[in-house]
Amino acid sequence: MNRREALSAIGWLMGGAVIGADLLVSCTSRPLQVNDLFNQDQITFLNEVSDTILPATSSPGAKDAKVGAFMAVMVQDCYTPEDQKVFMEGISQLDEQCEKKNGKKFLECDTKQRTAFLTALDEEQKQYMITKKEGDPNHYFRMMKELTLLGFFTSEEGSTKAMRYVAVPGRYDACVPYKKGDKAWATS
Amino acid sequence: MAENVYDAIVVGSGISGGWAAKELTEKGLKTIMLERGRNIEHVKDYTHTNKNPWEFPHRGGRTQQMIADYPVLKRDYALNETNLEFWVNEKESPYTETKRFDWYRGYHVGGRSLMWGRQSYRLSDLDFEANAKDGIATDWPIRYKDLANWYSYVEKFAGISGSKDGLPQLPDGEFLPPMDMNCVEKDVATRIKEHYKGNRHMIIGRVANLTAPLQNRVNCQYRNKCWNGCPFGGYFSTQSSTLPAAMATGNLTLRPFSIVTKILYDKDTKKAKGVEVLDAQTNQTYEYYAKVVFLNASTLNSTWVLMNSATDVWEGGLGSSSGELGHNLMDHHFRAGASGVAEGYEDKYYYGRRPNGIYIPRFRNLNGEKRDYIRGFGYQGRAGRDGWSREIAEMSIGADFKDALCEPGQWTMGITGFGETLPYHENKVSLDKNKKDKWGLPVLAIDCEIKENEKKMRKDMMEDAKEMLEIAGIKDVRTYDSGYAMGMGIHEMGTARMGRDPKSSVLNEHNQVWDAKNVYVTDGSCMTSAGCQNPSLTYMALTARAVDHAVGEMKKLNI
Repeated sequence: MNRREALSAIGWLMGGAVIGADLLVSCTSRPLQVNDLFNQDQITFLNEVSDTILPATSSPGAKDAKVGAFMAVMVQDCYTPEDQKVFMEGISQLDEQCEKKNGKKFLECDTKQRTAFLTALDEEQKQYMITKKEGDPNHYFRMMKELTLLGFFTSEEGSTKAMRYVAVPGRYDACVPYKKGDKAWATS
Repeated sequence: MAENVYDAIVVGSGISGGWAAKELTEKGLKTIMLERGRNIEHVKDYTHTNKNPWEFPHRGGRTQQMIADYPVLKRDYALNETNLEFWVNEKESPYTETKRFDWYRGYHVGGRSLMWGRQSYRLSDLDFEANAKDGIATDWPIRYKDLANWYSYVEKFAGISGSKDGLPQLPDGEFLPPMDMNCVEKDVATRIKEHYKGNRHMIIGRVANLTAPLQNRVNCQYRNKCWNGCPFGGYFSTQSSTLPAAMATGNLTLRPFSIVTKILYDKDTKKAKGVEVLDAQTNQTYEYYAKVVFLNASTLNSTWVLMNSATDVWEGGLGSSSGELGHNLMDHHFRAGASGVAEGYEDKYYYGRRPNGIYIPRFRNLNGEKRDYIRGFGYQGRAGRDGWSREIAEMSIGADFKDALCEPGQWTMGITGFGETLPYHENKVSLDKNKKDKWGLPVLAIDCEIKENEKKMRKDMMEDAKEMLEIAGIKDVRTYDSGYAMGMGIHEMGTARMGRDPKSSVLNEHNQVWDAKNVYVTDGSCMTSAGCQNPSLTYMALTARAVDHAVGEMKKLNI
């Protein structure tokens, strides 16, 4: 079992029983550290956040594409220390804000509550980015949303099941009919 | 024959070096090609070419470590995860920026022929006569008629796809069938042609990608992953094209990890007798001898070799007698243009990833027009449908948002100008003896900038783009100037220019160094002016022509 498969197995175990997720982890031992920044609990959390942003519909959702683990890699390897700090603090802030609004943590909310909460948080993020001055920190939910889109739409699940992907097109047809509902090409 | 003696030496293995090796070996000369970097074998060493996007841990992006390791490459799109190993190790090979100069290098067999943009255009007499007519710099010693047949010769072998358009400023060539424009591009091209009554044209890019099989190469598979190296040989590179031809003669020796540190000049014969090589792995020094040396180390590195070949005869370096060695550095300035939205094509799409766009050849300062600047620019661009990274203003998160992003977005079309940079004497490179590279060799100091002529041109590059797109029916057209620093065009040219007079040029009309006639320089450093067309095809043609001359001179015992 490689690391990703291991994550997937844990994610599956926890997926149905979100209410007990925190409890489950605290009962066992310290959560498994995945890299310098993230532990397994946080990846589970990010999987759920990403899956609220891009849920399974007729095609797989962000959790199916293991976007939580992808975010952990990207934040650790590609973010500046400042952005890393914003992102990591954002994980707790998201939960705190959620608790204020719904009286419970994000993972304890049902799908409807999660969607409503993140829709409001996305509006906050958009307003913040409009008024943000140069040098001000980025908004953590902007980061989570961007990484979710990148992680999902460039994943195998996103590319091949939510969109269309042809590794070797073999030819170029410059002008073909398109009808509403046809999937986009995954890469340009 | 001693071990280190050849008929010909080629320094560098990129686009022009590969051509020199092919031509020299096919004419029967025992040739050694010296490449400073590692070998990259065709197909076998294209490590990432068959990877899917999700097989890259950062999906092609850049890590903080990469940003720290590549202080120059990070300034533009080139720093990425998918072909990082094709770009120079900047820590091993630093240079000095007296003024900012973005130098994008590939130190390996094939050089930048592996990562190049592949746009392939002929220069015309509009370009070859420009310096003389404007009374600047020095006149090109050749005209279009001197190069026309050589363009044909290299096009047929390299494989350039394109349309014949009958434009005097952009001569037609020996083309493979053109790639197609998509629905939006076709309509925009038609409207531009109608509105400007045939004085402005939008054509499909002429590109070194095969639209039909050629030699042992398979035609382009429309993956648009050229810069990873192509396992089909679908585009021209040293590896796919010139190197196998040279190898097939049995006359080529390829020596990677061979940094040519100087050309060995013989005062008595007034010719080069060979080159000195520093083995990049062992740090051992070797000498190689030959009757003729082709210097194809890339624009600035060929000049570096000449400068580092200083003797008591030529203190400023071999070829320095005119005082022009290192001067007149040029590039193409770009990143200014316009883009907008095409409406009414919601029922149209495309299949395949075309590694090519459209081209709008130069139309300014033609036919007697006089702008407040001289020369001109061409546009590259494309139309396409937005992908998942688009903003959907009215949507936030959730199922509808996701399903909307899984469908293609609106059509957009953008064009970016590529403008001519003038050859200014004061735009120059020199040896910085206070800074050394990994091998203890002095590095180049680069001191250049664009001036008023280019800055004025950039305004037209934006405004003309807007006007043409609007006339073609594109909506919400916005202009942009994303800023430009010299070098970003990755079209560095000049510093060892051709000319008619040894007092004002480094090379003669056959690309021979005036001061050592058996040394030919046929990469971008030979350029006397820049034109606004992508220059690599011209290097190919000049190289083939110069080899033909060199072999003739050897037969006549002139060199």
